[in-house]
Amino acid sequence: MHNMSLKTILQDLGARSIAVLQEMGQMGLFFIQAFVLIFSRPFQVSKFIQQMYFIGAKSVFVIFLTGGFTGMVLGLQGYYTLVKFGSEGMLGAAVSLSLIRELGPTLTAIMITGRAGSAMAAEIGIMRISEQVDALVTMDINPVRFLASPRIAAALISFPLLTALFDVVGIMGGYLTGSILLGINPGAYFGRIESSVVMQDISSGFIKSVVFGAIVVLVCCFQGYTTHTRSEGFGARGVSLSTTTAVVMSSVLILVFDYVLTSILL
Amino acid sequence: MPEPLIQLENVHKKFGDQVILNGVDLSIYGGEVLTIIGKSGGGKSVLLKHVIGLLTPDSGRIIYEGRSIDDMKKAERRALKNRFSYMFQGTALFDSMPVYDNIALPLKERALLPGPEIKDKVYEKMSQLDLHDIEEKYPSQISGGMKKRVALARALVTDPEIVLFDEPTTGLDPIRKNAVHSMICDYQSKFGFTAVVVSHEIPDVFYISQRIAMLDRGRIHFQGTPDEIKNIDDPVVNEFVKGLEAEQDDLTGMDTHTYGEQKFQIEMEQLRSNGTVFSLVLFKVDNMEEINNKWGHAEGQRVLKNFAEHITNNLRHNDTCSRLGLNRIMLLMPDTKIDGARHVCARMTGNLKSADVFGDSLRAGFSFSVSAGFEQAHPDSSMEEMLERAKSDQNKFYDFRTC
Repeated sequence: MHNMSLKTILQDLGARSIAVLQEMGQMGLFFIQAFVLIFSRPFQVSKFIQQMYFIGAKSVFVIFLTGGFTGMVLGLQGYYTLVKFGSEGMLGAAVSLSLIRELGPTLTAIMITGRAGSAMAAEIGIMRISEQVDALVTMDINPVRFLASPRIAAALISFPLLTALFDVVGIMGGYLTGSILLGINPGAYFGRIESSVVMQDISSGFIKSVVFGAIVVLVCCFQGYTTHTRSEGFGARGVSLSTTTAVVMSSVLILVFDYVLTSILL
Repeated sequence: MPEPLIQLENVHKKFGDQVILNGVDLSIYGGEVLTIIGKSGGGKSVLLKHVIGLLTPDSGRIIYEGRSIDDMKKAERRALKNRFSYMFQGTALFDSMPVYDNIALPLKERALLPGPEIKDKVYEKMSQLDLHDIEEKYPSQISGGMKKRVALARALVTDPEIVLFDEPTTGLDPIRKNAVHSMICDYQSKFGFTAVVVSHEIPDVFYISQRIAMLDRGRIHFQGTPDEIKNIDDPVVNEFVKGLEAEQDDLTGMDTHTYGEQKFQIEMEQLRSNGTVFSLVLFKVDNMEEINNKWGHAEGQRVLKNFAEHITNNLRHNDTCSRLGLNRIMLLMPDTKIDGARHVCARMTGNLKSADVFGDSLRAGFSFSVSAGFEQAHPDSSMEEMLERAKSDQNKFYDFRTC
């Protein structure tokens, strides 16, 4: 009896591991297919522009707000920490390096996951359960090319641009609290930024934002695309589960890859 | 027998533990309308999805023009898929796109035509399907019947060779339902495509189908012509067909073919036992195709409905009418010799005014032409023989034309 239950546990564990590996494999193939099909003719220019508008332009306000307040908080926290050591002049370096290396790409990706990624998963999920994806197949339209490729192309361009915006607005937020409210010399603030930030910081932030963009769109599109295969819920419930999984998985993977990339790029 | 265009050989499909298809053998011939009937949830849609390749069988083979799909290369499969079109039961319209983009999508994505020609083609299909002024609307802003017609327009816009219709008329009113049937029939004869229709609409599908296949318990229980299915002595088929077949045709309000046939048999019994003569009149709308082409299939069905109502309103107490086909009506006149039948019908023509047939929709260029054939019953005649003789006797009954 004891042996039986141990066998069952091992079987269950094995089945789950295989399922996870299978899903990862399918996701990898989905990404490769979607990425390669970006370059297939005829180019899907109008769909790409639509997605640039949806992922990029419509996220500007959210990024502006989160970037601004993150910079302001960093300014405040940084000032009160640095002032204990008499190093408040380093605030510019602290704020800018935190933003450019870590917080800019990470928070931007998490914010876009919440705003655009969830919408992607839900939209594609609804298309899947209402047979719209099947309709594309019957019309000999590749659904991965039609649905995922323009989104991936748009994300790979939008994420770095939005990250850059986040960084700039964040630095200005730090300036607002550090210099205007707490009285650090603006020259010292910006001077420290110029002297401490090197090209490698910017390029590592850029690489992270591109990778995060790919992760967010891949996970969200894939979860929506495979809504019908979920065993724990069908129909509207399946779509809600796909959306939740997409957001949670994207956010966790962003943080995991942030660590991995930081350890490689440092 | 010609070689089948598509052949399903011993196709099995299971979802989990549930067996859906349990050894389906079915042949689909080029240029025919084949209707698949069967109980709800019996796997008809699953079968249709196997034909287009949306689902793959667990075992068994699907053969196109003698070649199994498994032996085809990717490019060949794509070329094959381009010959198909599919109309989904739930329409599967893209709900975030307006109606125009929905219909134009297959042409645009496959770059089949240059831009201006796509526009012309889409508007042509919309007009044929009676879809006016809704191109900017989204699927959620139009009625269920309109959605069906938009889905139909999208399925036909690429001029496919094989069209698969999954319950194309469910939820439509009688005029639209008959219009869709008439359109499938017309387009099929005009463009010669092969149509596979999944439907519950009995007996309407008998009017448009060359062959009927009945799916029962995961297998094809019966396949044959509409006449064969009506006359077969098989309890499963009879129970199913009779269960669905209404006594009255919902467009014309007349008896259906089967009930008309039963009334004919009663009259024939009377003639044989008592010598009570009766006559049969066969009406046929001669220019239905012209009306459909010029004014749309819905208008064609509306005109037929109005004409049928006029006949019904002018019947004598014992006369009965039944609809025999898309544009054919049979009138049985008990206790009436052929001269009497001609006299009654002549009076009917005299009463018939253009407004009775066209209603409010009378427009310049409209025409309506019906012919009638008369036949007096003989004790040794069958209904088919009498109809055949009435057909050869058919003369102009009513002709109306506006300028």
